[in-house]
Amino acid sequence: MSSSEIETILDAAASFKKSKAPKDLAGRFLAFLFSEPSTRTRTSFEVAARNLSAEVLGFSTASSSLLKGESLLDTIKNLEAMGVEYFVVRNEVSGVLEPLAGQTSASLINAGDGAHEHPTQALLDIFTLREKKGAIKGLKVVIVGDIAHSRVARSNIHGLTKLGAKVTVCGPRALVPSGIEKLGASVSHDLDNALQGADAVNVLRLQLERQEQNLVTSLPDYYQSFGLTPERLAKVPDCVVLHPGPMNRGVEISSEVADGPQSAILEQVANGVLVRMAVLSLIQQWRTHGR
Amino acid sequence: MGARLIIKGGLVVDPSQKLESARDLFIEDGRISKKFSPEGAEVFDAKGCWVVPGLVDMHVHLREPGREGEETIATGTAAAAAGGVTCVLAMPNTEPPVDNTALLGFLQAKARTEATVGVVFAAAATLGQKGEQLTEIRRLKDLGAGAISDDGRPIMDSELMRRALEHCRDAGLLLIDHAEDLNLSSGFAMNEGAASAAKGLRGAPWPAETVHVLRDIALCELTGAPVHIAHISCSQSVEAIRQAKRQGLPISAEAAPHHFTLIDADIPGYDANYKMNPPLRAKSDREAILEGLSDGTIDAIATDHAPHGLGKKALGLALAPCGVIGLETSLALSLQLVAKKIISRKRLVELMSCAPARLLGLKSKGSLKPGSDADVTLIDANAGWTVPTKFISKSSNSPFVGMKLKGRAKATIVAGRVVHAL
Ligand SMILES: [Zn+2]
Repeated sequence: MSSSEIETILDAAASFKKSKAPKDLAGRFLAFLFSEPSTRTRTSFEVAARNLSAEVLGFSTASSSLLKGESLLDTIKNLEAMGVEYFVVRNEVSGVLEPLAGQTSASLINAGDGAHEHPTQALLDIFTLREKKGAIKGLKVVIVGDIAHSRVARSNIHGLTKLGAKVTVCGPRALVPSGIEKLGASVSHDLDNALQGADAVNVLRLQLERQEQNLVTSLPDYYQSFGLTPERLAKVPDCVVLHPGPMNRGVEISSEVADGPQSAILEQVANGVLVRMAVLSLIQQWRTHGR
Repeated sequence: MGARLIIKGGLVVDPSQKLESARDLFIEDGRISKKFSPEGAEVFDAKGCWVVPGLVDMHVHLREPGREGEETIATGTAAAAAGGVTCVLAMPNTEPPVDNTALLGFLQAKARTEATVGVVFAAAATLGQKGEQLTEIRRLKDLGAGAISDDGRPIMDSELMRRALEHCRDAGLLLIDHAEDLNLSSGFAMNEGAASAAKGLRGAPWPAETVHVLRDIALCELTGAPVHIAHISCSQSVEAIRQAKRQGLPISAEAAPHHFTLIDADIPGYDANYKMNPPLRAKSDREAILEGLSDGTIDAIATDHAPHGLGKKALGLALAPCGVIGLETSLALSLQLVAKKIISRKRLVELMSCAPARLLGLKSKGSLKPGSDADVTLIDANAGWTVPTKFISKSSNSPFVGMKLKGRAKATIVAGRVVHAL
């Protein structure tokens, strides 16, 4: 995605904030193919689709038959044959959509693939930041936490650096893959250092199983080094706090910070619907009029 | 007097005789012969070709028994013939694995009637390749097993590895180790590095290989048994072997064409035709392998030909099984090294024929001396071609499809019979 395409989506989302939603997707079918549970992203997409008057197929898909890429393609082709034009796909396998894209004329919307990308999450993070700070160019943004397993981190690095922000990823060495700096982010293993002069910090959720894998030693140990505490945040009073949710309060972020004045976490949730409306409506325009 | 064949007008390149000169090659009764009168003999025109001892590929998966939909002895050896390969070592990680004399004997009988080129079967080191109980190494050797290997299921238990080496030394069989620490590599889809970080895929770091290479070197020193490291992929492993060879240890190694041609950064998107084990590594690793091929640290070029059906590879980089085919592209990819002057013509023949034959103890192969098997490859080093989408192999999982290459096997002769000719 180019920077101008990102801006187009953000502008469209902004326009939905002011005006009533058009019936862009009236009479069109959208299906969810989620192999991982996700109340938040799914609900956000569903509200966005309904706002645009789409027919949403709400069947449950968290079944093992969807785990394999082949059956995912089969499912898409079957539903496409019934007239479904939009698929919102969430899958735990990185890159699962790539081999599918050339094999269907339906639109596939990535709602998170493994540790690869979660584009609409990054778009809503960036939209929220733009609202808060006026522009993205020149911002210093810290992404802290489990970078290795985070699609949110990768999509944010791509989007933010394209729009001219400086991105630092921060976390314990076991959770920051070597070579991630090649994506254009600088790397830190010291949160206090990384936060100096930061305009925003995006706090990633720490999956509790990382402890079993010895990727973190203990949750309190992690919190001590990488938790976003009121003390840490007090040193950067203009820093906006983001979190893709759902939060582990007291693990990667303190409740005080999460609910505090610098937090934009609930605004993210609200903006998520607008950004997803923008994505769906632009795809519809591109499908009918070309890009 | 039996069938006589004269291969006429080629450039004979045979490092086993320190030979590189224009001359005719004489074949009689399936063996290389001294010069004889051309009367009544068949003549094969080899003008413009290099005439070399038949290529020996010491790392091939023929998938039989168990996965005949992806390859068989018949199709795999036909692919070998097309690639100029006259003898393959078939790895034992079939379904079920070749871990007993009955199955070995059955496969040998099958190969006698169905194979286009010579097939030597490696036998498993442990029953079921489970890494628990050793196979009957001596009896397998007596029946004609060409090597011992748990390829595909690395031996994690170092004590077991030690005992396997001791028994292999007693039996006079080479142990071929797929060096991989399964804990370090667990769940990998590719090499660990910037490319895996960008794709959000789990990578195997280089120590996953080198830790086991270093272990094998230590056990080689302890037991005095020869150890052969399969499909070496990292610069640190190359250096470890270089040092061990300096100490005089009986250690050897092979490298695969994909590892000396491609790197992890070359993988387009999530294309599973670039997925193999060990994975494509970094640029510096590829350079170290080229250096090892040139300075003698790496003894052989072997394909690790590993056919997989289309459906499996369509799963993408994260989910697809490891392995790419290589028999039909190996020679051409290796010839690029000669064209780039990384290795000499003689070194190419050493790497692809003499050394693997010697390592496997195939005394009548890897040479064009009179009395040797008449396994001969005719190489047209200038023939340009494009790797097609359809292969003679039953499978087509190759990262080289569409690549323009120069040089290929003009003809392949096995035991005096022309089994492939362009
Ligand atoms: Zn192997």
